[in-house]
Amino acid sequence: MVHAMRSVIPVLTVLGVLVAIWYLAVAPMNIRVALDQAERGGATIVPEGSVERRAVSVWHLMANNASHVKAGYDLDRPRLPTPAQVGQELWKTTGAMALKGRAWSKRSLIYHGWITLQSTLWGFVLGTSLGIIGAVAIVYSRVADMSLMPWAIISQTIPIVALAPMIIVVSSQLGVENRGLPKAIISAYLCYFPVLVGMVKGLRAPEVSQLDLLKTYDATGLQSFLKLRLPASVPYLFTSLKVGIAAALVGTIVGELPTGAISGLGARILIGDQFGTPLAIWSALFAAAILAGLLVTLLDLTQRLAVGRMGMQP
Amino acid sequence: MNALGLAIVIWIAAWGLNIWLANGPWRESKAVRIAVPVLFGLTLLVLWEGIVRGLNVSQVILPPPSLVAQTFAASTDILWVDFVQTVLKGALRGFAIGFVAAVICAIAIDRSAFLTRGLLPIGNFFAALPIVGVAPIMVNWFGFDWQSKAAVVVVMVFFPILVNTVQGLRATDAMQRDLMRTYAANYMQTLIKLRLPAAMPFVFNGLKIATTLALIGAIVAEYFGSPTRGMGFRISTGVGSLSIDLVWAEIAVAALVGTAFYGLVAVIEKRVTFWHPSQR
Repeated sequence: MVHAMRSVIPVLTVLGVLVAIWYLAVAPMNIRVALDQAERGGATIVPEGSVERRAVSVWHLMANNASHVKAGYDLDRPRLPTPAQVGQELWKTTGAMALKGRAWSKRSLIYHGWITLQSTLWGFVLGTSLGIIGAVAIVYSRVADMSLMPWAIISQTIPIVALAPMIIVVSSQLGVENRGLPKAIISAYLCYFPVLVGMVKGLRAPEVSQLDLLKTYDATGLQSFLKLRLPASVPYLFTSLKVGIAAALVGTIVGELPTGAISGLGARILIGDQFGTPLAIWSALFAAAILAGLLVTLLDLTQRLAVGRMGMQP
Repeated sequence: MNALGLAIVIWIAAWGLNIWLANGPWRESKAVRIAVPVLFGLTLLVLWEGIVRGLNVSQVILPPPSLVAQTFAASTDILWVDFVQTVLKGALRGFAIGFVAAVICAIAIDRSAFLTRGLLPIGNFFAALPIVGVAPIMVNWFGFDWQSKAAVVVVMVFFPILVNTVQGLRATDAMQRDLMRTYAANYMQTLIKLRLPAAMPFVFNGLKIATTLALIGAIVAEYFGSPTRGMGFRISTGVGSLSIDLVWAEIAVAALVGTAFYGLVAVIEKRVTFWHPSQR
């Protein structure tokens, strides 16, 4: 805990600097849009006309039209929204709607986050189970070790997103109406690998002398698995679960992006792109980041609790 | 059901052969180490072919691997154009820019212990985020051509490489740095002769993660707008026009490129970090 406290001030400082850079970047990013809008509103802009302005650098535009720079911070469709705009949009689509009792409306990010969370969790459960079963097979069977392990590594070098639209098509051709299933498969694909690798390491963590001791107790294979290998692998398991859940969320969002999904955080990004509403894209992105943070923190707390209860050093 | 039965028989036979190879007298030899996974992969292809033929699966759902191979051979020109657009222009350029930027940032951050403590948690957090969602924003900012794809790739590969490099730069111990000081080495000399080489295992760790991310970023960004070529473009239009065999050929290219890219980085790693225990 002391260690964590020590980094609070540096983290907050760095975050503050990042937000400051973001605010500074808004002016040059939005100046062209702001000037176009002001010109339509009847203001005189140097040089006149949006086509003429394209040849002039943003720095010149800002210097020549200093009074309009401020307008870039309050656009409806900015190229780069300010942190405050993103925060407001996030609040408008989550907290404010929940207070009005419309948390499950189709316009609420709580609803879309829930859809994404469901697929993520299904993919996480599926991927984790596959990873653990695979790890047990690899630890106990030499054939499985030799034939599965190289393919597990290769599978992660294949960009699964290339497959994402295919998985959706195949499952809809097969008559799977539920859009959650193909997304969960993509999640599981990204999530099983860290669990597999971590569990193989964990199940192999007991030393030979410990395994030998159990042999002198006349323990069966199952007993030594349950009483030695499995408990020894728990810290490794939790570390990989944290990587896995983040990967599962990435998988779900990737599954929602290119596939014409209508609900879910990835779909909000897609729809925001199609309707040209950048604020919707940015708020969905931040909602996804918050969701990732919550999931990892939850697993981290569970890890501390479980490992502490088992009497191991967290 | 004939083809399916045959495929299952072959699969069982190959599995038996694998068990024999893995436990047989040559179990430690290099040939067996390569033959077992290759055999396993081949049997999966045979099983796929058998299931598709035996159960008469529509080609719209899943074409057999033989058909995919034919399409692959027949449309190498299209595949090459897409490869150049997506991999050489988008993914590799973005990867190179992101790599250089991340290493420079890491060296700059490393000079301040305060910054390192502040940035490591944030960088770790960003590395776990679904950054690929910025694809539509980048396409909006940088246009339809490869620049926007490279931009997505830069953002995606930046954080894993940054975090790993910062950690790597801290990998030397006090004894080694003291030794450099007794040689009267200045900051640059210590950096180039001791700390950067010592950081290389970590840097390559980040690079390996980044290889797949680079391809994912370049392909997904094409779903949001691209010139009429590119692997992501071909996949999304191919799914729409039901030319599924071409989509699978494109997926095969993506898989080959992903594996080759990863393998290339691993080979370079082996030559650069030959001194590291994991490479000996």
